[in-house]
Amino acid sequence: MSDTASPEVPQSTQRRHEVNQSPIARLERMIEIRLVEDRIQDLFAQGLVSGTTHTSQGQEAVAVGLAAATRATDFVCCTYRGHGHALALGMPPAVVLGEVLGRQIGCMGGVGGSMHLSDPDVGLLPTFAIVGAGTPVAVGAALQFATKKTDGVALSVFGDGATNIGAFHEGLNLAAVWNLPVVFVCENNLYGEYSPLESTTAVTDIADRAASYAMASEIVDGQDVDAVQASIARAVARARSGGGPTLVEAKTYRYVGHSRSDKAPYRKDGELEQWLARDPIELFAGQLLASGELNPDALDAMRHRQLQLIDEAQERVLASPTAAIPRMFENILSPSHS
Amino acid sequence: MNQAISLAISEEMDRDASVVVFGEDVAVAEGPFKTSEGLLAKFGPERVRDTPISETAFLGAAVGAAMTGLRPVAEIMFIEFMGVAFDQMVTEAALMHYLSGGRYEVPMVMRASVGSGLGFGCQHSQTLERWMLGTPGLKLAVASGARTAYGLTKAAIRDNNPVVILEPRTLYGQRENVDIGDESIIPLGTAEVVRAGTDVTVVALGQTVSVALEAADSASWSGEVIDLLSLMPWDRSTVLESVRRTGHLVIVEENQRSGGWGTEIASVVANEAFGVLRAPIHRITAPDVPVPYGPELEKRFLPSAAYVQEQVSSLLSTKKSPSSWWEELV
Repeated sequence: MSDTASPEVPQSTQRRHEVNQSPIARLERMIEIRLVEDRIQDLFAQGLVSGTTHTSQGQEAVAVGLAAATRATDFVCCTYRGHGHALALGMPPAVVLGEVLGRQIGCMGGVGGSMHLSDPDVGLLPTFAIVGAGTPVAVGAALQFATKKTDGVALSVFGDGATNIGAFHEGLNLAAVWNLPVVFVCENNLYGEYSPLESTTAVTDIADRAASYAMASEIVDGQDVDAVQASIARAVARARSGGGPTLVEAKTYRYVGHSRSDKAPYRKDGELEQWLARDPIELFAGQLLASGELNPDALDAMRHRQLQLIDEAQERVLASPTAAIPRMFENILSPSHS
Repeated sequence: MNQAISLAISEEMDRDASVVVFGEDVAVAEGPFKTSEGLLAKFGPERVRDTPISETAFLGAAVGAAMTGLRPVAEIMFIEFMGVAFDQMVTEAALMHYLSGGRYEVPMVMRASVGSGLGFGCQHSQTLERWMLGTPGLKLAVASGARTAYGLTKAAIRDNNPVVILEPRTLYGQRENVDIGDESIIPLGTAEVVRAGTDVTVVALGQTVSVALEAADSASWSGEVIDLLSLMPWDRSTVLESVRRTGHLVIVEENQRSGGWGTEIASVVANEAFGVLRAPIHRITAPDVPVPYGPELEKRFLPSAAYVQEQVSSLLSTKKSPSSWWEELV
């Protein structure tokens, strides 16, 4: 990807470790994700994003908790609702925004789009736009760790909707049969596209499905970044020590519709407000303020700084040319062999 | 041929510790068609694994393992079983290199048995190569016997792209001398002229190669038979060079007529060599029906050597495409 990130953009590997280091950094990354997602919606409204996009406002704690519980050398298979995970794992905002806008500064130089973010430097495999497809792929990445006898872990991130597709069940079974180091992280945001969970899914708790595969499972409050981090860390530790796979269900909520044009008229009355009252960013900021790790001025400064950084990222993106025509002919087949 | 496949895989596993094998009953049972004979005993259960009957899971696992550092060889017992896992080949494996800006590679092989002739009925007797034709990011080759199976399998395992190798299952028991070693590797994308001739170019693939050879060997015309071997990419220059000499092209396909692989060959040759053609390009295929079960019906489904010979003779003498055997039946 020589023609992608410009040199002034901070590299993902530098950013990867920040979320492992401090609660303040995790809060800041969650704010960044929220602002980038909001900005994508604005840019979409301005007609600068073609096609579709799926944002994740409300689910920031899952992405950041996952990044904080893992290493850059682990592999993550994520979905088309992947901007938050890409940012959490370290992809710079300009690189995410750039890809969403089809610009050369994007992680794929603009040939991938919103649903296809990838960054091998931080173990982010190309995000999967086919529901459920990443689950067996993560099992394969875990097979690689097991075969090479390293202590890496593969993570498969998916929504509740993906738990009704065969790939999910086949993937979990194979991971259990082979006792592989993989952690399945379900972001249960209560809706599969436009349909409420109860209308499509035979169980209320996705974690129950682990029992079919004799697999460990946990349910965690997906709005509590510390809880998510701790839960995924337990599963990761189990995987690294040869204890096999785990299904972690994070109960969360997306404040926005499924995709660009969805205004989510299907929500139950009062549901959104209930979840907004437990906003993951506000909850975590409140905790840090209460514990004295953060003061209100520093929080304000943090929000300002992030807004400014997103503004700057947007400027860089808008100054970056759209994908060049020859780019569509690149990277279709590898010219190399062993 | 099955011994040649087992040997090719075994040699590549010796050569490269990242080569692993998995599929349904490939380890303990050594493969339903004995194409992984001796591998478990030699390489152990971590590199040779039986999977559940879960094509999506294990083809997907091959994609993930390939992207992160292994070179998996996954076996699909009958090509039809790929249907339940199609996404993993054409939408995941094929696109991961592209979708990573070239930074991830997917050095995996999907082997599958294909074709009619063993009385397995219509859900276990198709070739289905056309499902994958034209998929950017995939390579696809078809073995026509022990020697080509050996050479293609080794090339596929060493390739850094997802490669599909189709093995006509009637040929697993076929025997021929195979020179082993790197000199016998058949580069993907190259066809072979397996019989020289001057009157007509006959392009065949998989189990129609021996049919075309048998037809040419006792014919009144001089046929140049090309074993196409690879469909993606396919060897345009070998085919075009031959057609420019013979002025005639006949394509012998096991698949049904509509949308068969030969349409691609015919289209390119018509565009590139129209001026040298002295008769219409002629495709000899199976009819547009499911593969029938009854032995006589199944035998009729696949073009026979006698039928190919008769069709080519008619083409050369009339300069018109002869009608297919089934035309008065439908």
